[in-house]
Amino acid sequence: MRFAPYPLAMRAMSVVTCLGDGQAAHVAALQEGRSGLAPCGFDTLPFPAYVGEVPGLDNDPLRGELAGFDCRNNRLAMRALDTDDFVSAVASAKDRYGAARIGVFLGTSTSGLLQTETAYRERDRATGLLPPSFDYARTHNTYALGAFVRQALGLAGPAFVVSTACAATSKVFGNAARMIAAGMCDAAIVGGADTLCATTLFGFQALGVMAEGPCRPFDTERSGISIGEAAGFVLLEWPRPGEGEILLLGVGESADAYHMSSPHPEGAGARLAMERALHAAGLRAADIDYINLHGTATLVGDAAEDCAVSGLFGTAQKCNSTKGYTGHTLGASGVVEAVFSALAIQNGFLPGSPHTQSVDPAFRSRYVLAPQAAQVNRVMSNSFGFGGVNCSLVLGRA
Amino acid sequence: MRVFVEGIGLCGPGLAGWEASRKVLTGAADYISAPTIVPPSTLLPANERRRAAQIVKIALAVGAEAFAASGRPAAETASVFSSSGGDGDTIHDILTVLASPERALSPTKFHNSVHNAASGYWSIATGAQAASTSLCGHDDSFAAGLLEAAVQVVTENQAVALIAYDVPYPAPLNEIRPITAPFGVAFLLAPEPRTSALASIEILLRPGPMAPSVMTDPALEALRTNIPAARALPVLAALAAWGEAEVVIDYLDDMSLVLRINPL
Repeated sequence: MRFAPYPLAMRAMSVVTCLGDGQAAHVAALQEGRSGLAPCGFDTLPFPAYVGEVPGLDNDPLRGELAGFDCRNNRLAMRALDTDDFVSAVASAKDRYGAARIGVFLGTSTSGLLQTETAYRERDRATGLLPPSFDYARTHNTYALGAFVRQALGLAGPAFVVSTACAATSKVFGNAARMIAAGMCDAAIVGGADTLCATTLFGFQALGVMAEGPCRPFDTERSGISIGEAAGFVLLEWPRPGEGEILLLGVGESADAYHMSSPHPEGAGARLAMERALHAAGLRAADIDYINLHGTATLVGDAAEDCAVSGLFGTAQKCNSTKGYTGHTLGASGVVEAVFSALAIQNGFLPGSPHTQSVDPAFRSRYVLAPQAAQVNRVMSNSFGFGGVNCSLVLGRA
Repeated sequence: MRVFVEGIGLCGPGLAGWEASRKVLTGAADYISAPTIVPPSTLLPANERRRAAQIVKIALAVGAEAFAASGRPAAETASVFSSSGGDGDTIHDILTVLASPERALSPTKFHNSVHNAASGYWSIATGAQAASTSLCGHDDSFAAGLLEAAVQVVTENQAVALIAYDVPYPAPLNEIRPITAPFGVAFLLAPEPRTSALASIEILLRPGPMAPSVMTDPALEALRTNIPAARALPVLAALAAWGEAEVVIDYLDDMSLVLRINPL
């Protein structure tokens, strides 16, 4: 190994969710405890649901050389590239390293699948063929997001898209750290996007894990998830000593080896990911100030995570889930919550947990309900997904 | 980056396992095209074996084959799964239901539709709690998976199983994205040369496109160009020939992976 993979600096970051575009909008909403969830107007659903929809995507097509990538997922990715001066931070990195030395490691769960859903409704009645306008490689394929971002930013380094359900944009932090450590690139764009589509709305409903109202993580009355959409990007580079940058201190990954869509009841795999993240960061559980939970508000998921967190950290460590703000943004949740964690460190606060009223009395972890000012130096952020995939990030100051 | 190959798995049309395919891959025997036959999984229980999607079966079959001769426990080994399209059959079924008036999805089909379904079933079947990722690079998914697997071997100093696979889409997606046959390949890669190691591979990431290595046999070359996972064929051919070789694989439009292979 040439270098240890950590720490890396989060030199630039951008985020778009139903709370707004960019870091400032999110700091404000997170500090006010203001949720972005609303009754679903995205599709004519035959069941009640709340979603975290990003406004304006329908009327904002990709243009020019990028027009072939046009689909809701890539539009949302473009919105995130266009916020928080992300493009200029990447341009500056290109000047330092060259386009071929910057990697692109992104995550998504459904890529441009909404486009394919539409194409299937527009199949030719006689031949069954999809409409000629359907562009498989640049919208449907899982790598479409990677190809789009790589072209939009003018990058020529190694790239791929990780699709590990709801842990996708968490795991890419690990991919980037390893690629940089192995000398395959000097910097990397991580993050990704996931957008609302019928597959996930109807799919989670079929699984019986969709809440009728806004999701209520860790609440006694929790009844399932609310789906959101989001995009976020982070530019990772070697840190500059003495600049007080927010650092990626470690990544821990594990597999449950238990069930495709239910977590291990005691969160054994989740605990393993958290332990591995602490090990990678060279930290102990007591060094963490706040845990941003996966906390999707399903009955079994929250119970398993509470078990894993209280087992590893005890009952004193402050934690909560920010899904009540944004909904579960599925494959994008990893990067969204990594950015939220970084914002908490930078701005000295803990986010609240909108819609959660009373924490399940069976739970043992110290769940924070209301936003509060706090000195936050190190955060762990959890993301878990179908297939039993688990990933924990540790972020902090130098 | 230097990695050591400890095991190989292969399942494709007319390619029934690594050992059985070696002579065909070197040109010592004629390639005879035949439908892909996925051997029954030794990993899945009987009821799961019947229900499992084709893509899960082929991924588990080549993965198990790569581990079989190595003596390394799959339960303790990290894995990288790589596929261009994932489970096209399940995705097609979901899209068809969503285009119908009822839109009543099967919950099992929904959780099986994720790109990392094969990885999930692999970890359940082998009991592996090690890290496992699932990625995509469109036509260059094999190169992307190989790069990630090799990087994990050298940075984590641990063995990694690379399992790459693709299956054809049903109509109408197959008209737009023709993948001609189910194909799976697996390499068990390690950081050090154990006695079970077959070869070392030095892997270099080169900027700029280069001419990729091709297959001499036109039918095998057609597999290489028509199935993303079959971009591995020149690597398999070089390993089968058991001599020093340099193999070039396309990686995106503007890079290449150069593999310097040395049998042990």
